[in-house]
Amino acid sequence: MKITILKSDHDKMYEHALSVAPDEACGLLAGIDREDGIREIKKVYILENIDHTNEHFSIDPKEQLKTVKQIRAEGLVPLGNWHSHPESPSRPSEEDKRLANDSKASYLILSLAEKGNPVLNAFHIEGEQGSRSVRKEELSII
Amino acid sequence: MIITVAGNKKEYEDGINVATLIEQENVETPQYVTVSINEEFIESGSFDSHVLKEGDEVEFLYFMGGGK
Repeated sequence: MKITILKSDHDKMYEHALSVAPDEACGLLAGIDREDGIREIKKVYILENIDHTNEHFSIDPKEQLKTVKQIRAEGLVPLGNWHSHPESPSRPSEEDKRLANDSKASYLILSLAEKGNPVLNAFHIEGEQGSRSVRKEELSII
Repeated sequence: MIITVAGNKKEYEDGINVATLIEQENVETPQYVTVSINEEFIESGSFDSHVLKEGDEVEFLYFMGGGK
């Protein structure tokens, strides 16, 4: 799947991720799935990482639900989530794969490992626990 | 009766419970899904006994987390 994200939303994620580093940052993605097959991320939401560590992130289900309601009220649909890897590459960890239970979601990972050079990638994750497959999606920052 | 599921209003049979709704909606990895009805989370152990009513708003959510 081809995915687009606004440069302003990329920068918003990056600035927030830097501000909370070394903790991981996280949030939700909203937008539309266009008829031509392109997934258009129109808005990025910043949510609290209730773990407050550099090794994990968890989103409070109550905040998640509140944000999903907000997304629907804005005429968009939830498209997945994003989180930062302050010290590691932009690829799903084993824990990321284990907790990726929604194959319709896009999983964006923003690596801060290289100072001044954020790396954002999008992934599709599917399959049974223990044998999940990961596919890197085509992501355009526009 | 009309229920809103994931933002979409649809007609469902009267007396449908949450477990049946999950089946009908082909919810993926249902063992990991969290269900909210009218912005209240319900216990997974009550999916069979929780009967939905006209006008309910249902969301299926997955825990979101990960690690480096």
